[in-house]
Formats: sequence, C-alpha cells, structure tokens
Amino acid sequence: MAAMIKRYRMFFLLVIINLIILFSGFEQGPIAFKAAALNLKEMLLVLPPIFILMGLLDVWVKRETMIVWMGDKSGFKGMSLAFLLGSAAAGPLYAAFPITYTMAKKGVSITNILVFLGAWSTLKIPLLLFEFSNLGVKFTLIRLFFNVFAIAFLSWLVKGLMTERDHRAFEESIVKNDALSD
Amino acid sequence: MNWFNIALYLVSVLAVGISFVKDKQKTRMAFKKAFKSLENILPAMLVILMVIGVTMAWITPEVISSLIGESSGIWGVMVASFLGSITLIPGFIAFPLAANLLKLNAGYTQMAAFISTLMMVGVVTFQMETKYLGAGLALKRNVAAFIYSVLIAFVIGGLMIWLP
Repeated sequence: MAAMIKRYRMFFLLVIINLIILFSGFEQGPIAFKAAALNLKEMLLVLPPIFILMGLLDVWVKRETMIVWMGDKSGFKGMSLAFLLGSAAAGPLYAAFPITYTMAKKGVSITNILVFLGAWSTLKIPLLLFEFSNLGVKFTLIRLFFNVFAIAFLSWLVKGLMTERDHRAFEESIVKNDALSD
Repeated sequence: MNWFNIALYLVSVLAVGISFVKDKQKTRMAFKKAFKSLENILPAMLVILMVIGVTMAWITPEVISSLIGESSGIWGVMVASFLGSITLIPGFIAFPLAANLLKLNAGYTQMAAFISTLMMVGVVTFQMETKYLGAGLALKRNVAAFIYSVLIAFVIGGLMIWLP
C-alpha cells in the first residue's frame, strides 16, 4: 500500500493541484479540468485493448517471424507494415511508446519502430479525418503528402545518427522494461 | 465511444477469443503481461494527463491565439513551434483552435508549425519516451521532428498560397 502511494504520489499531487485550479475561480479552471478528464477517459478506454493485443502478440508471434516481417532486412514490406500499424492507431503519441518495447523485443528494426512512431503521430486515420473537416482538404493533403516521405526519411536519418551509446541505451531500456513486465 | 474504439474492442475481443480457444495457458500469460506493462506505465501516464489539465489552465486557447495570431513571419513560426512542442493539446481541441486562428488571420505557416510540433515533438512526455527508447534516440527523434516541423511549415505556407 505504501509502495503504491509512493508510485502514484506525483499523480495525487497533480490531482490536488487540478482540483485547486478548478475551485479557485480561475476562468479556465473548468475547461482545464474537462480537458484532463476527457483525456483520462480516452486513455482508460483505449489502453486496455491495446495492451492486451500487445500481450497476445508477445506470446503468439515468434521473434523469428517478426524479424522476417519487420526486422532489419524486411525492406519495403517491413516499412509498409510499420506505416499501416501506426496509422491504424488510437490515442496520443505517448501511448505508443510502450508498444515500441514489445516491437523492439520481437526484433523489429529501429528504423521501422521510428516509422511506426511517426505514422502514429501524424497519420492516424481518425485524426486525419478530423483535420480534413477543420482545416480543409488542401491543407491536410499537402501535410499528408510531405509527412509520408518525411517519416520514412527522418526514421532512416535518426537511425543513422545513433551512436554506440544510443544503441546501448536502447538495448538497456528493453532489458529494464523486460524485468518489469515478466 | 466512436467507431474507431468500437473496432479496436471488436478486434481485441476476437483475438482474445481465438487465443483462448487455441491455448488457455498462453492467453492467461498474455493477460498477465498486458496487466504488468500497463501497471508499469500507468503512474507516468496519469501524471502526463494531469499535467495537461494544469497547463491548459495557463496556456489557454486565448493565450495561444494572442501569441500566434499576432506574431507573424519567422518569429511567429518560432513561437508556434515552441508552443506546439511544450504543450500537449489533444487533436479534438487543437484542430478547431487552429481553424479559429486561421479565421482570425493567423498564417498557414504558423498553424502548420504549431500542429506538426504538437503532434511529433513531446517535451512533457520526454521522460517517458526515454524510458522506452533510451535518452539518445529519444532526443534525436525529437530534435529531428522539430527541425522538420519548422522547415515543412514554410513549404506548406508557401504552397497554400501558390497552389490554387
């Protein structure tokens, strides 16, 4: 119990701050609270199925299989899959980070993980539809066109700019998260 | 609940069902893993959600309007990119906000910079990203995304005028 309170102490502190803002007569109080609450609802709705799908992927799909599909030598097929998985996403970008752990563990290449994150951040289909209706077809299509190429290029570039140390830190984070999830 | 979430749940239920029929033990293990990794990330996730609440109390749509709406040119693009990077505004608030700003004569370049950085660059979530990608990769991803967002904003701004 004490450990749990310690783990969630920042959260409780921020809840209190949010409540103070809400009741202190701030003009923005109710709007801020509503934004936090809406986000919370969305996350609690979306996270459990995503994590269960990841759990199933973890136990059912062999590392060797995943390496063939999305590993270092998967080429165009692997990248297309990363694009597809990312754009079929739901939720904000930070919900995608835990997923990259399962992908990395299964041998998905760093480039494809970065493509997945890029697609998740800007190519999410529900969000694109919303962008269409708010900012117009022209704006959305121009952005979409450049983003597709940029995501592929930037993923390749960032992977190439990684130092030995970055690679080690990446591997270590997988090991650390492994210890926490087994 | 929108159609997308419904689809997500349908796929999950179907996958769990098939998995359960094929191997109960493995399915149980998948659930255990799902629960553990969710519990692992939950404290950080909840903190981020609450930070959104706190920042939204200060960085209101009005504040953003006054900052991006009035400052034009390169300075405006920088302000927009900076705001987009440090704030975490969900899409269902950000897009209507951007549409509104455009009506108030904000430039497309500034809006593109704001939206791109908002989606791709995460300062508040950086610590969480580091936990999964390592500090070096997380930093390089964010810096690359920031530079790209600024550059592409000018291209988009230009094309919005130049294209019919």
